[in-house]
Amino acid sequence: MIQIKDLHKSYHMGSNSLHVLKGINFDVKEGELVSIMGSSGSGKSTLLNILGMLDEADEGQYILDNVPIKNLNEKIAAKYRNEFLGFIFQSFNLINYKSALDNVSMPLYYKGIKRKERTERAMHYLEKVGLAEWSHHLPSELSGGQKQRVAIARALASDPKVLLADEPTGALDTKTSYEVMELIQGINDEGKTILVVTHEDDIAHMTKRIVNLKDGLIIDDSTVKQVRASEHV
Amino acid sequence: MFDIERWQEIFETLRKNRLRTFLTGLSVASGIFILVILLGFSEGIANGVKSQFEQDATNRVSVWTGVTTKGYKGLNPGRYIQLKNSTFDAVENEYDDYFEYRTKDYAIWGGMVTYNNETGNYRVRGTLPDNQFIENADMGSGRFISQSDINESKKVAVIGNKIKTDLFKGKDPINKNIQIYGMNFKVIGVFFDPGGDREEGQVYIPVSTAQKVFNAGENIRNMAFTVKMADNFDEAVAISNAIALGIEKKIKEIHTVAPDDVSAVRVNNTLEEAQKIYSLIATIKAVFWFVGIGTIIAGIVGVGNIMLIIVKERTKEIGIRKALGALPMSIVGMILQEAVFVTMLAGLFGLILGLGLLELVGPQIESDFIKYPQVDFNIAITTVFLLVIAGALAGFIPAYRAAKIKPIVALRDE
Repeated sequence: MIQIKDLHKSYHMGSNSLHVLKGINFDVKEGELVSIMGSSGSGKSTLLNILGMLDEADEGQYILDNVPIKNLNEKIAAKYRNEFLGFIFQSFNLINYKSALDNVSMPLYYKGIKRKERTERAMHYLEKVGLAEWSHHLPSELSGGQKQRVAIARALASDPKVLLADEPTGALDTKTSYEVMELIQGINDEGKTILVVTHEDDIAHMTKRIVNLKDGLIIDDSTVKQVRASEHV
Repeated sequence: MFDIERWQEIFETLRKNRLRTFLTGLSVASGIFILVILLGFSEGIANGVKSQFEQDATNRVSVWTGVTTKGYKGLNPGRYIQLKNSTFDAVENEYDDYFEYRTKDYAIWGGMVTYNNETGNYRVRGTLPDNQFIENADMGSGRFISQSDINESKKVAVIGNKIKTDLFKGKDPINKNIQIYGMNFKVIGVFFDPGGDREEGQVYIPVSTAQKVFNAGENIRNMAFTVKMADNFDEAVAISNAIALGIEKKIKEIHTVAPDDVSAVRVNNTLEEAQKIYSLIATIKAVFWFVGIGTIIAGIVGVGNIMLIIVKERTKEIGIRKALGALPMSIVGMILQEAVFVTMLAGLFGLILGLGLLELVGPQIESDFIKYPQVDFNIAITTVFLLVIAGALAGFIPAYRAAKIKPIVALRDE
């Protein structure tokens, strides 16, 4: 599903140059649930942003579902993001003046789907994350865990190939974190490929494979025995 | 642009951000409203001042006489200068080529005019046919005095509309007889005058008849001419000034008056005053335009400013939308379409409000100096479009830049 070869990325701030990714190689197969770990500054978020086409690599190869992601103009990047990827952010990034339902149907709007179908599909995904009765509430009326579940429904709405989650539990307490992870595990069980960036060990062990980053390089990449979040709830 | 889905999205955004929408709309609507009112009143003032002048022709030169204050060629001061038919003829001969209309007057104030049992006191003026144009009198019915009326000293009268109302109580006065000091005069016409009641409370009769029935002999009270207009206004003023001076000199020669005696013969040239008034009107209009354009510029800056804030406030939203697959151009388009829609709607609202107010209040204004305040609709609608376009432009730049920002930057947690 994802192939990455020798990926480099540096940031330039004035005269300083910061080499964040120093040659990353790894593959993700369909249906995997991978966590990317590393301390702050290890480049894990940068890697996720490049995978998400929110940022571009300086060097190296990135193939997503057999499509080489290279020299994208904004238009194609937007199309790929819409078709291939679903995002889950630490700070949820819901549009605060739109209801849960409208937030979930947003990627479908950019897919060009008509309103009626949009609403139906958005409602389906809200049911899936257990928030059907909250569909007309604004994000400000939802708890952190609920917000994240709306964000997950939104990420799923356009039926992407890969879900990218950047510290999805970073802003949540332990109990809510496990609930969210249980949801993510459930989605993975249905066959969706998911990448999770985290710095929490317990969260990482709820995935099937842990990739450890340090100073811009992968220092460890191993499959682990998945801990089911449901055991903790 | 005509995508219904896009419109739904925009309406939803506007509905969910009522305060922002309201403030944008308010600044645009009030800008247009103020402009319309300002332009309306500048037009009203111009109309008012103009109508003060429309009572009489603007290119008029009139002559009065008084008492001499200086001795001259052995004659004592304190002499009344009496204009005669011959004086008029002499002036007319000398300057006839420059004149458009000419008249001489013999008038009595407070003449007793009677029709059946109705009586009133009105100014009765003997005059020449051209007086109709010099006084800007409009014939409501019938005709004005003709040359043959003058030649045959006919007892005919042209009455003002006020007299028709006063004496005839709305009946048709044409061919009826009125009595002026008991003498029968046949009414041949009714006139209107922009000068209003004061001017319309007059009776015009042929000057030759007036001289006869009031025992005036060859005497006349005053004379008036209008000068043919040159193409250039300044030139016209210069010509009529020269003629006014020439007439004064001529009359002083005829009646043996000292050249520097200012009270015996007075020649008044309205064109020069008109020029002053017109330049005053132009100045007033310029000031109103200046203020109006200033208001519009303030409005444009205001809209631009609001757009800047909107875009800034929505940077994160733009990032989210991009992460979800929005094209940069669809984001720019969305923001612009929203801005154009709001400014257009608010602009038209301000326009209609302003025009409505002028329409309502305009006729209520009872001032000689403000009349019919109104706005050229084309000018008003043009300013609305100008504001919309300027607002869109002012919004385009920040929107375009925001759409160019990488989603990762826009989504960065602060």
